Amino acid sequence: MTMKKKKSIFLVVVLAVLLAACLTVDALLPGYHIAVTVIKKATVYALVAVSMNLLNGFTGLFSLGQAGFMLLGAYAYGVLTIPVAKRASVYQYFDGGSIQFSLPESCAGILGDAVGPTVGMLAALLVGGVLAALMAYLIGLPVLRLKSDYLAIATLGFAEILRAFFQWNALGPITNGSNLLKSYPTFTHATPYVLLSGGMIAIIVLLINSTYGRAFKAIRDDEVAAEAMGINLARHKRLAFVISSFFAGIGGGMMAMYMGTIAAAPFKSAMTYEILLIVVIGGIGSITGSILASFLYIFSSEWLLRGLDSGTFLGISAPSLFKNGFRMAAFSVIIMAIVLFFRKGIMGDRELPDLLDRRGRKHKKEAAEK
Amino acid sequence: MSDNILKVENATMQFGGVVAVDNLNLEINEGEIVALIGPNGAGKTTAFNVVTGVYQPTNGAVWFQGNKIIENYPQGKMKKLYKGQHGGEYTRALAPTPDKVTKLGMARTFQNIRLWKSQTVFDNVLIAKHCRATSNVLSATFRLNRKEEAQQRQSVEQLLETVGLADVKNELATSLPYGKQRRLEIARALAAEPQLLLLDEPAAGMNPQETDELTAFIADIRNKFHLTVFLIEHHMNLVMHISDRIYVLDFGKLIAEGTPAEIQNNKRVIDAYLGVAEDA
Repeated sequence: MTMKKKKSIFLVVVLAVLLAACLTVDALLPGYHIAVTVIKKATVYALVAVSMNLLNGFTGLFSLGQAGFMLLGAYAYGVLTIPVAKRASVYQYFDGGSIQFSLPESCAGILGDAVGPTVGMLAALLVGGVLAALMAYLIGLPVLRLKSDYLAIATLGFAEILRAFFQWNALGPITNGSNLLKSYPTFTHATPYVLLSGGMIAIIVLLINSTYGRAFKAIRDDEVAAEAMGINLARHKRLAFVISSFFAGIGGGMMAMYMGTIAAAPFKSAMTYEILLIVVIGGIGSITGSILASFLYIFSSEWLLRGLDSGTFLGISAPSLFKNGFRMAAFSVIIMAIVLFFRKGIMGDRELPDLLDRRGRKHKKEAAEK
Repeated sequence: MSDNILKVENATMQFGGVVAVDNLNLEINEGEIVALIGPNGAGKTTAFNVVTGVYQPTNGAVWFQGNKIIENYPQGKMKKLYKGQHGGEYTRALAPTPDKVTKLGMARTFQNIRLWKSQTVFDNVLIAKHCRATSNVLSATFRLNRKEEAQQRQSVEQLLETVGLADVKNELATSLPYGKQRRLEIARALAAEPQLLLLDEPAAGMNPQETDELTAFIADIRNKFHLTVFLIEHHMNLVMHISDRIYVLDFGKLIAEGTPAEIQNNKRVIDAYLGVAEDA
């Protein structure tokens, strides 16, 4: 019991320090500074990675549809939040589009200018999540009968279809075809991203530690035994899929906020692979692992290794070697090294507070050796 | 209805050309311990899988507590084979998945242990309580089910105390010695609150001392939890000690049924399975 208490205190302290650090960054640095960018992008990736971990790591369903659900969330956010006055210029090829309202403006009309726009933005995020969840429910009906690799291929295919569908000209009055959606409101500071993403991840953690989360883990460990013990496989798999997609949709909306413009093109399978990579590096089945890994990944790819592309890295100037593309080559080597030397990712299936618990660590090690 | 808790009626399970279970009929009364024995490959585990909903029988029905829970009739190619053989008696395809059968009050263990490997002993048992939880996903996530959760945890504590696993409750399930893993699997099945417990070779791989302990344990939990027990076993010591009645399968067909004493002296059973002057 005391260990449990110690762990909770540790967690609270870590969270408080992180929040304080984030507030300091916001106070000292302008919104376009690279540190702020890294924090924003990493929190978005962390949320999506955790949502993917819920499915791949905790329920044992190998799905690669994350980018598709993010796309839905991103478009829902953009379409619902572009100010009415700017719709004519954004939808210039489609006569101003067919939707002539904006959630932040409508909410400002009801709740006042102080909180209204923010509430509207959050509502748009929520709509994106719900849309992604609905879509997950529909495609889950046929797709969740598949197992392992086949499920991965089916979900990947779905995400690609969805991307093509959103670029379809006939949908232009809503999605603006293959043109950009822009001029929608975003948060300039990093703190709102951290709070939003943190809140969503907290909900996922609560779910994983609830009776449903335990059932998910049972399905992952042994499906036959889980079914024999009264766990309805179809229902629980669908539940995990829908919930994971809901949070991927919200993550997609936040991605739209971070990027400032929305097009279907960036939501390729490459984005899903990036997120899968983060999940694997962090440790399949570890929430804190996914969060740590997404910060590490975004920090090194966006900031630390930037020099490898532009001539100077760690003070070494070698313009002939460090040119465009070298960053990705170096990155691949690092990833291979991680996969070789940390077989189970940085955290394995442990969480950060578990590191305090020597005994727990020993037990997991013994189990891993068996 | 009569006082039987489980009734298997004309159950046939055919895989292509192989008839794994051939027109099986058996009845188990409330409170009994009944064993199903037979040589390897006789169809014992298949019979279990039919009863628990893992397989849909080719023909036949299963009754549980007076209700028909599983039913199927020969379809397609099978139709011809069953002309005039009970085939016309069944008209519905009633095939609940195993989880629904468990919720009705039947829980099982497996021939090769199937515990949830990454979970502790306590969590293994707690997860089995999930099927009795009334909370939905939202109320569970936002902890509106605290009362139920606390109740479940307490009853798991009690259960572990009863089966003698309380001292290892925080160990990983796979770190337990073999005999205790078997015991844990039974405890997990009990957590699903069954009226009928199905044990598939509970003593497989156990030494004589462990087998004796298990024999006492099964009799003990039958009384404590007011259970009916249906088991498959090769250890004749265990079977003859605790069974009220025994069914014998050979090549999918029922060749004998009766009390342990009757089975031990049955010529067909001795020829097919028990053998002579062998202390199994």
